[in-house]
Amino acid sequence: MIHRFANPTRFVRLADVIQPWAAGMTFLFFVTGLYFGLFASPADYQQGETVRIMYIHVPAAWMALFCYTAMAAACGTALIWKHPLADLAARATAPIGACFTLLALVTGSLWGQPMWGTWWVWDARLTSVLILFFLYLGYMALNNAFDDAERGFKASAILALVGFVNVPIIKFSVDWWNTLHQPASVLKAGGPAIHASMLTPLILMALAFKAYYLWVLLIRMRGEINAMKVRALRMRQVQQADMADKVAAGKVG
Amino acid sequence: MKRKHKRLTFVMIGLLLLGSSAALILTAFEDNIVFFYSPTELVDKKPDPAQRLRIGGLVMAGSVEKLAGAVVAFTITDTAKTVTVQYKGILPDLFREGQGVVAEGHLKGGVFQADEVLAKHDENYMPPEVAEALKQSGQWKPKETTQ
Repeated sequence: MIHRFANPTRFVRLADVIQPWAAGMTFLFFVTGLYFGLFASPADYQQGETVRIMYIHVPAAWMALFCYTAMAAACGTALIWKHPLADLAARATAPIGACFTLLALVTGSLWGQPMWGTWWVWDARLTSVLILFFLYLGYMALNNAFDDAERGFKASAILALVGFVNVPIIKFSVDWWNTLHQPASVLKAGGPAIHASMLTPLILMALAFKAYYLWVLLIRMRGEINAMKVRALRMRQVQQADMADKVAAGKVG
Repeated sequence: MKRKHKRLTFVMIGLLLLGSSAALILTAFEDNIVFFYSPTELVDKKPDPAQRLRIGGLVMAGSVEKLAGAVVAFTITDTAKTVTVQYKGILPDLFREGQGVVAEGHLKGGVFQADEVLAKHDENYMPPEVAEALKQSGQWKPKETTQ
């Protein structure tokens, strides 16, 4: 079953069907999410209008964790079951996840200044998210550090799996330790601590970010598949040229 | 055992070992990971006046007073114990009585001399009308009303 979509041709056919839908969903959810977030939702009783940063910051932070989890799962699949597309999926996910993480860090900083009174503190939540960002960068660097693409995939996949320990640490850092960052508002025991009028734009924006990820992931994976084909083609050319040289040399000698 | 099952077992055991070692390390360093101490921890710890530390809790209602020379004094509480804080400087916008706050500085003679005060907000988000309605109907969280 897992190998049913291992065939790149079959994958591209499936991607052709999904991609326009993902693009449409991204557009739809972004427009409605931004409308609700900027116009059709109230200001917060404590934070006032600044609360609207949440509609970018929180979905970006969720995606930072989601992309890393997806990347680690793909890496595990590649290492254990040698699924040929899993490496490409992980490789395609890394830069998207890194961008979401950076977005979460930057918007968090912009939110922290007016609310907390500081751009940055070294509390457990902020520090562990910064480590997540470095893990993404490390994964990408290691992935490209080898001449042999296979070895790069393997080394970086191990790094991604090792770094996965950080994901639960990020999620629960606000519960395990005293942090300046407040505890979870949506995914917590006893239901969300956010009023429905503010939860609506938050969920819409989260869906927009998810659809955007799917859309860009498919584009990037297509690119990776093409790059792989080009690589294989070049290899064959080099081999053929090599062979021809040997034959020619044999005839002359 | 097939090769892929071997690899699966290897990865699973690896992750398990990694997770438990991470848990052990984080537990060992817990004291360094916490961003601030609560008043109870601070009273129990009796830190050296030279040691820089952070204290966090709720600003006790009715405790904020302006002293001479632009110094503000207030009491931080964790509903069990309290610590008096003195601070000279501009307080963040979100600084309010009954709200969370983190102060950084030194504990000298039972009074916490802060040189930085950060506001900490809680996980609740709601429109002002809803907050007002909750307060009027008496359904407001007891944490907010403070002693």
